[in-house]
Amino acid sequence: MSKTYVHAPGFVAGDRPKIVTSRFEFADSFTLERYLATDGYKGLRAALARPANEIHEDVKSATVLGRGGAGFPAGTKWGLTPQQVWPRYLVVNGDESEPGTYKDRLLMERDPHQLIEGCLIACYAAGLSQCFLYIRGEMALAQERVATALNEAYAAGYVGKNILGSKFSVDIILHWGAGAYVVGEETALIESLEGNRGMPRLKPPFFPAANGLYGQPTIVNNVETLANLPWLLCNGVAAYTAIGTKTSPGTRMVAVSGHVKRPGVYEIINGTTTFRDLIYGQEFCGGIRNDNALKTFVPGGGSAPWFTPDQLDLPFEASQVGPAGSMLGSGAVMVMDETTDIPAAALTLTHFYAHESCGKCTPCREGGTWLERILRRVVDGNGTDADLQQLLEVGAMICPGAFPHAANEKLGLTAVPFPYKMTTICFVGPSAFAPVHSALTLFRSEFEARVKKRVTIPVTAVGVSA
Amino acid sequence: MSRLNDTNVKLAREIIARYPRPKSALIPLLHLSQEQNGYITREAMQHLGELVGVTSAEVYGTASFYEMFKFEPVGKYLINICGTMSCALMGAEELMHHAEKKLGVRAGGTTQDGMFTLAHAECQAACTEAPTLQVNYRYRLRVTPADLDNLIDNLKAGKLNDEFPAHGVLAKVRQMIPAERAVGAKAPEDVTESPAWLDGKAAL
Repeated sequence: MSKTYVHAPGFVAGDRPKIVTSRFEFADSFTLERYLATDGYKGLRAALARPANEIHEDVKSATVLGRGGAGFPAGTKWGLTPQQVWPRYLVVNGDESEPGTYKDRLLMERDPHQLIEGCLIACYAAGLSQCFLYIRGEMALAQERVATALNEAYAAGYVGKNILGSKFSVDIILHWGAGAYVVGEETALIESLEGNRGMPRLKPPFFPAANGLYGQPTIVNNVETLANLPWLLCNGVAAYTAIGTKTSPGTRMVAVSGHVKRPGVYEIINGTTTFRDLIYGQEFCGGIRNDNALKTFVPGGGSAPWFTPDQLDLPFEASQVGPAGSMLGSGAVMVMDETTDIPAAALTLTHFYAHESCGKCTPCREGGTWLERILRRVVDGNGTDADLQQLLEVGAMICPGAFPHAANEKLGLTAVPFPYKMTTICFVGPSAFAPVHSALTLFRSEFEARVKKRVTIPVTAVGVSA
Repeated sequence: MSRLNDTNVKLAREIIARYPRPKSALIPLLHLSQEQNGYITREAMQHLGELVGVTSAEVYGTASFYEMFKFEPVGKYLINICGTMSCALMGAEELMHHAEKKLGVRAGGTTQDGMFTLAHAECQAACTEAPTLQVNYRYRLRVTPADLDNLIDNLKAGKLNDEFPAHGVLAKVRQMIPAERAVGAKAPEDVTESPAWLDGKAAL
C-alpha cells in the first residue's frame, strides 16, 4: 500500500524522532497488516528470546517515565511487587480524562497493536499473569479499534495461550469504563475494575504494586508508557536514552489547546523542548491566534498551577518545572491569550473537579463545591471582596500551607515549589483549588474589578454619644 | 422484559468468565443491559445481580456512581457538549445556548419526540479540536452553530444512522476470545505458582 498521509484529527506530525506515533501517518495504521509491515511485534519477539528479568532491567535502565501524570519510572514501579506473591496483574490505565489531555485516545485509536505489544512485554518482564485494559467509556472509537486489534492478535497467536509458541501465556481483557474522572487515579481504577464505585483507596499502601486488584500485586501503567516498550525492545536502551535528557529520556506526547494558531497533539523530545518552542515554534503551534499576547498557560493538565510568559523558557523536565511551581502532569498545555476572562476560565476547571469529586474525602466534596459556588458568584458579579479571601481559606482546608505557584517579576512573586500538602486521599480535591489559587495569585486585579466592596455598617450603641 | 435476553445472557456469561471474580464484569454487563434497553431498569439490576452473585442494591450502588448509566429513558441521541476549559475558551457556552434554542430544551432535557437529550459534558479528550460534542459518545470536532444545525437536521432525517447507533450501543465491535486461545481466568487464591515463562526464577 502506498504511503498516504492522513491527518489524524488533532495530531500534527513533524520532522522529529517518533517513538509512539511512527505509524500515525498511515491511513490504515490501526490494522494488523500495517503493524506487521512496520516492525510490529518485533519487540515482543526480541523480548521472548531473552529471560524476563533482563527485559525488566532494560526498562529500568532506559528510565521509561510514567506518562500518566506522576512521572514515576515504570521499571522501578514494576520492581515494587513483593517477591513470590502470585498472581500479579497488569491494569492499563486508558481512562484518560484530565482536562486538556488526549494522547492515550489517539494511541488507542490509531495504533492499538502497539499498545497490545507494550502490554505483552510488560507482562512478560514483570511476571504478570493477566492484563486488563481499562478504556474510558466515552471513547467509542477507541473501544472498537482496540477490540478489533485484540481479536486480530488473538487469532494470529500474539495474545492468549503459548504466545508465538513460547511458554508465555497471557490474556488481555478489554474493559469498559462508564464515565468518572476519578477512576483515572490508580486505586480508584482498581476499585472500578472490581465492579465497585470508583473511589480511591485509603493510603498506605501507597502502591497497588503491593496490594492492588483483588488484594494481589498489581501494576497500573498508563497507555503511553506501555506504547513506548515495543520501540525500546526493537531499538535498544542506548537508542532510547540517546533521545531527550538523562533524567527525561525519549519523547512524550503533548496536546496544546486553546488560543494558539495550530493547536494539536505533538510528539516532542523530552527534557529539552521548551514551552516557548511548543507555543511559538513554527514546527509546533506557530504562536498565539491573531498574534495576540500570551496571558497565561496551564503547563500540565487542568490540575497544574498556571505559568505566565515568565516561564516560557522552561523545558519539559520535571526537575525544573517542579521547583518553578507547577508540574508536567499528563502532557497537556492550555493556552490563554490576552482576551481571556481569567475568573471565568478558572471557573470551568474548578467546576470540573467539583463535579468529578467522588465524595469520599470531606475537604474535596465540600471544599470543591464551595470553591465552585463562591467563584461562580464572583464571576457572575455578585461577589464581594470577602469572597476572595474566603476562596483562599477554603483552599487552605484542602491544601494546608503554601500552595505552589510560579514566580512573577511584575508582581514581585518568587516561586513556591511543587508539590503541595493535602488533606485528601487523591489529587481531585487539590485540583479544584489549583486554578483558583493560580488565577487569584497571578491575576488578582481581575477578580477585584469584579467584586463589590463589602459595606461595613458602623455599630453604635443606642444612647451612647460617639 | 428488561432482563437480558437469551443472546445477551450467553454473552454475559462469557464476559463474566474472563474475570478472576464475577463482580468485575458488572460495568461491562451494565453497558450490555443499557444497549439492550436504552437505560438501566430495576429488573435489569436484579438480573445482573443474579448473574454476578451480588444484590441488586450493590448493582445500583456501582451503577449510580457512573455518569454513563441512565436510570430513566433518554433520547435516541444523547448530545453531550463539552464545557471544560479548552472548549470554553473556544466558544462552548455559545454552542450550548445555540443547541438549547435549536432543540427547544434546556441542558439536561429531552425533546418531546424522544429523539434528543441535550447535556453538559466534562472534558471529552479532544481539546485541540474545540469546541467538541459527542452524539452517543461519537465525536464531532470544531463544531460551529451551523454544523450543529446540520447535524441535528441530518440525525432527524435518519441520514446518520450508520455513524451514530442509538443510545446505549457503545462499541460496534466486541472483544471475542476464541476458546482454544484463551488462557482463562482463575480466582487469585487458586494461583500459587509463578508464571511458567519465569522458569521458577523470580522477576526482579
